[in-house]
Amino acid sequence: MELSYTVAVLIIPLVMFLFLGIAGVKMGKKTAGIIGTLAMLVTTVIAYAAAFTYFFGTDQGQVIDGVRQQITVMDLTWLEFTKHLVIKIGVLLDPISAMMLIVISTVSLMVHIYSLGYMDGERGFQRYYAFLSLFTFSMLGLVLATNIFQMYIFWELVGVSSYLLIGFYYTLPAAVSASKKAFIVTRFADLGFLVGILILSYYTNTFDFVALTSDPQAAISTAGGATFLGCSVMGWALTLIFMGGAGKSAMFPLHIWLPDAMEGPTPVSALIHAATMVVAGVYLVARMFPLYYVDEGALLIITAIGAFTALYAAAVACVQSDIKRVLAFSTISQIAFMITSLGVARPELHEGVGYMASMFHLFTHAMFKALLFLCAGAIIHAVHSNEMSAMGGLRKYMPICHIAFLIGCLAISGIWPFAGFFSKDEILVAAYGNSTVWGVWLSVVAGMTAFYMFRLYYKIFWWNNPDYGHHTPHEAPMTMTFPLIFLGLVSIVAGFIPFGEFVTWNREAYHIHIDWTVAGSSIAIAVVGIVLATVMYRKENNIPEMLANKFRGLWTAAYHRFYMDELYQFITHKIIFARISRPIAWFDRRIIDGTMDLLANVTNSASFAIRRMQSGSLQTYVWFYLVGAVAIAVITIICLI
Amino acid sequence: MIWSNILIYFVIIPLLMLGGLSLCKNIKQVRAVATTGATALMILAIYLVVEFLGLRAAGDTSEMLFTDSWMWFEPLNIHLALGVDGISVVMIVLSAFIVFAGVFASWKMDPLPKEFFMWFCLLSTGVFGFFISIDMFTMFMFYEVALIPMYLLIGVWGSGNKNYSAMKLTLMLMGGSAFLMLGIIGIYYHSAPEGGALTMNILEIAQNNAIPQNWQYFLFPMTFVGFGVLGAMFPFHTWSPDGHASAPTAVSMLHAGVLMKLGGYGCFRIAIYLMPFAAQELAWIFLTLTGISVVYGAFSACVQTDLKYINAYSSVSHCGMVLFAILMLNTTAMTGAVLQMLSHGLMTALFFALIGMIYGRTHTRDIRKMGGLMRIMPFLGVGYVIAGLASLGLPGLSGFVAEMTIFVGSFQHADMFHRVFTIVACCSIVITAVYILRVVGKLLFGPVQDEHHKTLTDAEWHERLSTVTLIIAVAAIGCFPNFFNGIISEAAAPIMELFA
Repeated sequence: MELSYTVAVLIIPLVMFLFLGIAGVKMGKKTAGIIGTLAMLVTTVIAYAAAFTYFFGTDQGQVIDGVRQQITVMDLTWLEFTKHLVIKIGVLLDPISAMMLIVISTVSLMVHIYSLGYMDGERGFQRYYAFLSLFTFSMLGLVLATNIFQMYIFWELVGVSSYLLIGFYYTLPAAVSASKKAFIVTRFADLGFLVGILILSYYTNTFDFVALTSDPQAAISTAGGATFLGCSVMGWALTLIFMGGAGKSAMFPLHIWLPDAMEGPTPVSALIHAATMVVAGVYLVARMFPLYYVDEGALLIITAIGAFTALYAAAVACVQSDIKRVLAFSTISQIAFMITSLGVARPELHEGVGYMASMFHLFTHAMFKALLFLCAGAIIHAVHSNEMSAMGGLRKYMPICHIAFLIGCLAISGIWPFAGFFSKDEILVAAYGNSTVWGVWLSVVAGMTAFYMFRLYYKIFWWNNPDYGHHTPHEAPMTMTFPLIFLGLVSIVAGFIPFGEFVTWNREAYHIHIDWTVAGSSIAIAVVGIVLATVMYRKENNIPEMLANKFRGLWTAAYHRFYMDELYQFITHKIIFARISRPIAWFDRRIIDGTMDLLANVTNSASFAIRRMQSGSLQTYVWFYLVGAVAIAVITIICLI
Repeated sequence: MIWSNILIYFVIIPLLMLGGLSLCKNIKQVRAVATTGATALMILAIYLVVEFLGLRAAGDTSEMLFTDSWMWFEPLNIHLALGVDGISVVMIVLSAFIVFAGVFASWKMDPLPKEFFMWFCLLSTGVFGFFISIDMFTMFMFYEVALIPMYLLIGVWGSGNKNYSAMKLTLMLMGGSAFLMLGIIGIYYHSAPEGGALTMNILEIAQNNAIPQNWQYFLFPMTFVGFGVLGAMFPFHTWSPDGHASAPTAVSMLHAGVLMKLGGYGCFRIAIYLMPFAAQELAWIFLTLTGISVVYGAFSACVQTDLKYINAYSSVSHCGMVLFAILMLNTTAMTGAVLQMLSHGLMTALFFALIGMIYGRTHTRDIRKMGGLMRIMPFLGVGYVIAGLASLGLPGLSGFVAEMTIFVGSFQHADMFHRVFTIVACCSIVITAVYILRVVGKLLFGPVQDEHHKTLTDAEWHERLSTVTLIIAVAAIGCFPNFFNGIISEAAAPIMELFA
């Protein structure tokens, strides 16, 4: 097979992980970093080659009747549950997986290069690169999965790589608890995913994506209209599977782990918690979209959760003071855009533009959000703080970073001709196409996006000019600025990619035509947001404080993320630990074990009581003998009479 | 000839070790004998797998291979009957691995190393004897041989409240044996149809299939509970936390790693296999109990503060999963049960080995008094994290494979009762993550709690060997599950056809 070399994108990072993980401690820091980066470069080249061959190759059978075919490059049996239910480990190339290959390898390579500078001098540098390789391996395995169980396997593996990287600074208690929280919250969501897979596979008798999605009607009808609590079992399965996706993609109310995950090193946040892993949920729904499309109820749940999360996260992002948290909530909000876009996608509306838009936004967002995070890393590196209050006027000290960050902000706000404009516009088209409610809703959120991003921008680069003392911030080294420049350029031009030609729900080409009524209004809203931010934050003034005082209640609630973390704290500590675990442990020690001890004690005291009979004194024995003899005699006599 | 059967050597080698040890004069000789014996057992176990697969590949499809039988006690028709199928083979391999790792984990045993290893060998004799026997009486005998040394191993070499624990463990397991004895005798008297020769041979009993249904109602619970006590079935599990907490490292390893598997294996081999009717009728009672075990153990583990207690409760949860899966009565779940036995055996042994090594350094097992050990002892720390990840079911390590096989198998039942309990069991993957990450976070990460700990050293070579052996085994199952899956499911399938 022509594309069989794609397998190497999985093998190289895996080998790198084992190599750096085992032999890393023995080698120098620089060596380990450079080996890791070079291996990633090779992986990227192979990934690009595979993706380009897939999209532009002229091989027979790659495109039939204008439909791009799904190509299974490799499929090895890994575990055979039953004759039909078999977990295979394979590589499936189709438009979305090929696109993801590009996204993951690009961002991962940039992060590898950037980290050479950012993580310089950190303890555990080799371990860091080993974990990055593990993550890259798992994420690529996830997107290339040929069956849902393979996806679940790699899903867990990205979860654990995320855990290890968030907790990279493992001596800091905040990092440890953040990593724990991230893992447990996503694990909880994965429980839904697992049960969903079990239900789905029980009725369809297959894990295979191609089999499931090529004929969704047949897959659904095998359930024979079985219902549970009034809903079809397939609806349950799909909703539960989406729950897994919502956990990884930080959808409300499972989003709480993502802001805390910012405790990890910033390049990790860029790679895992902005560009790749957190969009796994979007990818999952996209992968199974033909099935979701048949179930209107599941789509409605997806749309509603996505739309609510988008607004919620944008509201919180407007008032945060830690720059990584602002970016984290912005990520949640943007992913919610993609989810909503999938939810509103209907093949009969504009040829399923929602699906294409979602994937397009995933692509552009990965680029500009990675850019923003890497900029944030450079800024944090320069001022040694995450707080906006420690920043201001940085445009003079860090010109490259300034320009790159501005590009990122313009892109995310959706200003023509930056990448975000094109993808967000398509999402709005899809939303308006489905219902005006969703369209208006998302437009409002888009305006808020522009506002909070420019608030961030002005607070960092303008606002006031604090006294940095003898520690003047300065531009980052070349290893860190190169990725910024590269991703900045991508964020400018990526919008002009004719994305619809490559990725659509039915894998046929689709010609994007910009609907200027929607586009114009969305630019107008973004501009309003930017102007508002300019007025409020360009120069130091007291308008923000005044507003905050005026809406004190709302401001405080948003600042505390509407108390979602407190709610979770309450549920886990006050209910699960205090009301379930402790009583069970008590019950076990006191009641169950107590019964056993009681049995032992009763036996013991009974023995003690009986012991007196065996006194060893002859008189007592004769006494017993006499009583016994008389008793027997009496009984015998009574019986005889 | 008795000597021509490879299986008998699994009993002979530990007995030879026992003899050799009794002649040893110093700890060096003790170590030499123990290492030689354990290595020989491991090689023999691997050789057995090769031979076994060779015979299967050559087309030998009989239920048990390497069968042999010698009359032992004529009046009761008791034989020394040997034979293995795929399930026993993997259990033998598991035992060999854990005995090997256990020897290196107790390299510096003090005091009385010679006596310790002698009891250890006797225990191994019992374990291997149990897995190679197909005669109920010899099985029971080897079972008792494995249990009794436990009393002395804990009572003499243990720590903490060891007298209480040793007594409790032995008495509770003996209580189980009493049920078992009753069950076995009952089965014996109904082992053949009217007028036929009564037998203790499991294969023959299964063939005769003569146990009346009303007797099955009585004998199935007897045998299932009898073995269930050892398999830590709720509510008969309370020997496990105290017993493990007091036992010395290698004994915890062998006990949680292998001995508790005797319970699961026995439930399957005697209770389910010989009494399929009652198994089907009464499964719901025990499914309820084991389903409770799974979440109950996991929740209890969440609030423990002693490392060994956490692990003991985690074992209750994981072993509960074994019995739970066996009771699902289908091939996939049964395969999952055996995989879980393998997986739990290896990773619990790994856990207990590491806990022993950490305890040997810090002299405390209270997680509140420890912290930040990762930086001080990175090797042990990484080992602990790997064991933890295996326990919470990370793909690529053994736990995931076993649990998924069990869940998929359990999901083959479409009725509400099985569904609900399966989903309850699935919930354990979240709770397991909670208690594992809690302990990993407190023990290994964060700031160092005790200034004293900063002077501690990392693992020595024998500790590393013990750890690495187990990690490799855990990873091998996790990465190439289909090899094990094939051996096991092929053995489970014909038996589970009884229920189809």
